[in-house]
Amino acid sequence: MFEYIWLVPLFPLIGFLLIFFNFRRLKGITAGVLASVMVLIPFLISLVLFFDLLSGADAKTVDLFSWISFDKLSIPFSFLIDRLSGLMLLIVTGVGFLIHVYSIGYMKEDSGFNRFFSYMNLFVFFMLLLVLGSNYLIMFIGWEGVGLCSYLLIGFWFKNQEFNNAAKKAFIMNRIGDLGFLLALFMLIHQFGTLNFAEIFSQSSAIPVGALSITMITLLLFAGAVGKSAQIPLFTWLPDAMAGPTPVSALIHAATMVTAGVYMVARSNLLFVLAPVTLMTISMIGVATALLAGSIALFQNDIKKILAYSTVSQLGLMFVALGSGAFTGAMFHLTTHAFFKALLFLAAGSVIHALHGEQDIRKMGGLKDKIPVTFWLFVIGSLAISGIPPFAGFFSKDMVLIGAFHSGYVLWALSVVAALMTAFYMFRLLFIVFWGNASVAADPKHPVHESPKSMTISMSVLAFLSIAGGLIGVPALLGGNDRIQSFLAPLFSTSEEILKHGAVVSESTEILLMTVPLLLILAVIYLAWSFYVKNRNIVQEEPERSFLGNLAYRKYYVDELYETVVQKPVAGLSTFFHDTMEVKVIDRFVNQTGNWVVWIGKNIRYMQTGNVGAYLFFMVISIILILVLNLFK
Amino acid sequence: MGFLITVPLIFSLLLFAMKNYASLNKRMALAGSLLTFVISVYILIKFLSSPAGFPVFHPNIFHTLGIEFVLGLDGLSMLLVLLTTFLFPIIIYSGFGKEKSHRSSFYGLIMLMEMALIGVFTTTDILLFYIFWEIALIPIFFVAILWGGENARAITFKFFMYTLVGGLFMLAAIVYLYVQTPGPHSFAFADFYHVVLDPNAQKWLFLAFFLAFAIKMPVFPFHTWQPDLYFTAPTQGSMLLAGIMLKMGVYGVLRFVLPLFPDALNDLGIYAILLSVTGIIYASVIAIRQNELKRLIAYSSLAHVGLIAAGVFSRTYNGLEGAMIQMISHGINIVGLFFCYEIIVRRTKTGNISSLGGIASKAPVFAAFFMVIMLGSISLPLTNSFVGEFLLLLGLFEYNAWLAGIAGLTIILGAVYMLWMFQRTMYGEVKEATANFTDLTRQEIIVLVPVVAIIFWIGIYPHLFLGIAEPAVKSILAIHP
Repeated sequence: MFEYIWLVPLFPLIGFLLIFFNFRRLKGITAGVLASVMVLIPFLISLVLFFDLLSGADAKTVDLFSWISFDKLSIPFSFLIDRLSGLMLLIVTGVGFLIHVYSIGYMKEDSGFNRFFSYMNLFVFFMLLLVLGSNYLIMFIGWEGVGLCSYLLIGFWFKNQEFNNAAKKAFIMNRIGDLGFLLALFMLIHQFGTLNFAEIFSQSSAIPVGALSITMITLLLFAGAVGKSAQIPLFTWLPDAMAGPTPVSALIHAATMVTAGVYMVARSNLLFVLAPVTLMTISMIGVATALLAGSIALFQNDIKKILAYSTVSQLGLMFVALGSGAFTGAMFHLTTHAFFKALLFLAAGSVIHALHGEQDIRKMGGLKDKIPVTFWLFVIGSLAISGIPPFAGFFSKDMVLIGAFHSGYVLWALSVVAALMTAFYMFRLLFIVFWGNASVAADPKHPVHESPKSMTISMSVLAFLSIAGGLIGVPALLGGNDRIQSFLAPLFSTSEEILKHGAVVSESTEILLMTVPLLLILAVIYLAWSFYVKNRNIVQEEPERSFLGNLAYRKYYVDELYETVVQKPVAGLSTFFHDTMEVKVIDRFVNQTGNWVVWIGKNIRYMQTGNVGAYLFFMVISIILILVLNLFK
Repeated sequence: MGFLITVPLIFSLLLFAMKNYASLNKRMALAGSLLTFVISVYILIKFLSSPAGFPVFHPNIFHTLGIEFVLGLDGLSMLLVLLTTFLFPIIIYSGFGKEKSHRSSFYGLIMLMEMALIGVFTTTDILLFYIFWEIALIPIFFVAILWGGENARAITFKFFMYTLVGGLFMLAAIVYLYVQTPGPHSFAFADFYHVVLDPNAQKWLFLAFFLAFAIKMPVFPFHTWQPDLYFTAPTQGSMLLAGIMLKMGVYGVLRFVLPLFPDALNDLGIYAILLSVTGIIYASVIAIRQNELKRLIAYSSLAHVGLIAAGVFSRTYNGLEGAMIQMISHGINIVGLFFCYEIIVRRTKTGNISSLGGIASKAPVFAAFFMVIMLGSISLPLTNSFVGEFLLLLGLFEYNAWLAGIAGLTIILGAVYMLWMFQRTMYGEVKEATANFTDLTRQEIIVLVPVVAIIFWIGIYPHLFLGIAEPAVKSILAIHP
């Protein structure tokens, strides 16, 4: 079965090609159906593979052909199917399929319907390459490929230059990280002579913890992850990326692509555990990002922007887990986050759809009776992301927080604060949009309407997963058997041993770690309720904000900072190079040299007078000079 | 093997002798270049079946002074010959949509140029190399000066003098080396490789050769002729210059500088690399603010060539292998980019980026082709230049990690100026100049399809090209291990 793994990425590729080359011929929703089927088939294959893996099938590398190979360098085009990639396959194809189905309804009116689905299929293809690659370079193909699709889909409505700017920003910020990734690859080749996961990880066991080269490699790899997963300092592209159609935000900018950085670090866990410095850096950047983005989300008024900052914040928590060596926790949170964040984005899309494109929550309100299906779905998503039991987010967040606790109280406490922010901004959003007065945006000519079946059905499946998805990781404390831990153990147990975190916390501590955040979260939700429902604090157009609040509302001026520190100087340098260096220095020098030659020629000309006497004179002088010079030799 | 060089020559002479016809001239040139391409593919097949015995053409024309008319092929020559013979039909056919004056002379010159370029890449006699090198300069000089745009005379003249002076230094160095060969003196490469030189002489000879090749490629700061010339030359001329001619410089470095002057390179190689890397950043930064499409492409070419030069001077397997692949990829991509420029200018009469916009909504097919070529030139994986640039940067990394980091900035800066350019020309609202933009004609699609096909071929399955290059790289580095 595993030998046919190449079929999995092949189908979406075929889907892309079919739609792309027939984009004028395909009518109605044909392209959407075709694209969905091309993701459904790989999903079914992935399911079969997954159950093979569950029943204990060994990991397998499938070689397709040799890609770049000469001399000592050999980089095959090959796929690795193991428990980690198996899990990711399910997420990518499963969530991907649901979002494709949803998009059929969401994009039906759009003139670029066919183009949209061709890009979506292309994205799934690259995402599958990223997940399946058995060496870093195949992963890198997928890595850059999903970046390209992200670029194409953010700028999908390309007549709007604002959107195009957002697309370009996403691509360039990703490329900054990618340079780090690329340099890490060079170091890996230098150190191990190969880029194959299997060979690198088997050789790495001989390397002592804290080796400088591994620290450098992992830091550079992490730079790649920072770009792709929108962490500090490269996070500003993700909120802007909301310019794309909402299903794109759900698939690419919440569930799959942005988690690629987490996947990559988890995949390379055997390298990262050798570099404590890197792990600490990851934790710190992760928690800082979680807090920064969470605090910004508290003050935003655009429904999609809130969710985007929420994604950045949740990704930060995943990196906290990775940095603490809780690789399973990170992957678990990645999984559940894919479910509930995709659900939230799709439900937000449904709200936007119902209000004919309105995204500002200040113009929404009282929607709970008008679009009840969407409302209940949104509630499920909000409960899940806030970590209320028994929803999925509770279990995964618990695992992340326990991981953070192993690294220290401070990290744990800060992560809890980030989790509290999550609960607040989510319920603020929920209460403002669905409670209160009827929405301002509702237009009598276009009544608010519930979304079509294709949209609600896919959302319902995601809602089910957001409720039940956590059951794969119920801790022993609550009578579960923590299946995800044992499922991923073959990949992570060695690392966890190296980190010696094995020291299990006592049961009472574990109960405390579980209940304290939960009680705090409930308190925060009550706070949001009393603020926005009980006291009906309608969000004003421009409310008075404290200094810090204003700072967060203005996104801490990070974009402005980058503009001043990077964009403007580079533009200035460009002008300087062109107007001054190029024209006034280098080219002038070249022209001067030419002018000298002409000048010398002009003057030497006078020596050829045709006067034999003058020639004789020069000859005699020259002979004398030569003789004299020889005397002194 | 002999046909490879005689066919373009014969077609060139025929064209010069012909009158101007509405379409016969260009059809003949196309036929000639296609025939040459077929011959080169035939030679490739023979080459692949017996990589040990290279095809040789030895017509016994003259033997005086140790000059011998011999043509031969190794992997390096093979790749560049293929690039030349592949691009010529494309470049010739790309001009079919536009009428020009004095067609017979124009196409006669182009075929003459093909002959000269094939000569440069295949001769195994250094004096003939020099002669072909200078012959190649003549057609492009006339093409640029007679069919060029504003200020063509001054700009072309500067280019001509610049490269001629570089060439003269090289000639002087060649004569010096010739005298050092064991008597009876000879100009054969093989004999030159055996000359033992003292390090001091090497330095001067290295500088002479370097100057000639650095001007040709061009390497920063010897590049100022380039953006002006690309801008003013007719697009087919720019394609010839950037697509093929500048590879003569890289070829020269690989063929002569690396094997002949190992000691000088140990001392001075670092400066060559520093200049190359400076050029990458310098040109990329300038490209960011260019508002003229053709100049932007010119500066991007300068940046890409800087990386090729840096890889070559790193003298690592990966660097050289990457340089070989990237020479092909760069040639294909730059011709594609210039053709996209030509397509835009034919319709809108302007290459000014700020007066363009919204083309993608008017011409989606063109937008797709342009996008692929643009992605190829910012080296996205699975396109040709990713393979080349990956190996080049890897080679440079093995030489010095920091320099690779700096040179690697090109992947960021490249994305900055290319995406910015693409966004402003293709996306956004339609403007006055682009209001009636029509999609591609059949002739234009026929030109673009092979370009895009090669972009993906090398990007996805570079096996053939890596295989041809590998023994050549090894033999170049084996001369002075």
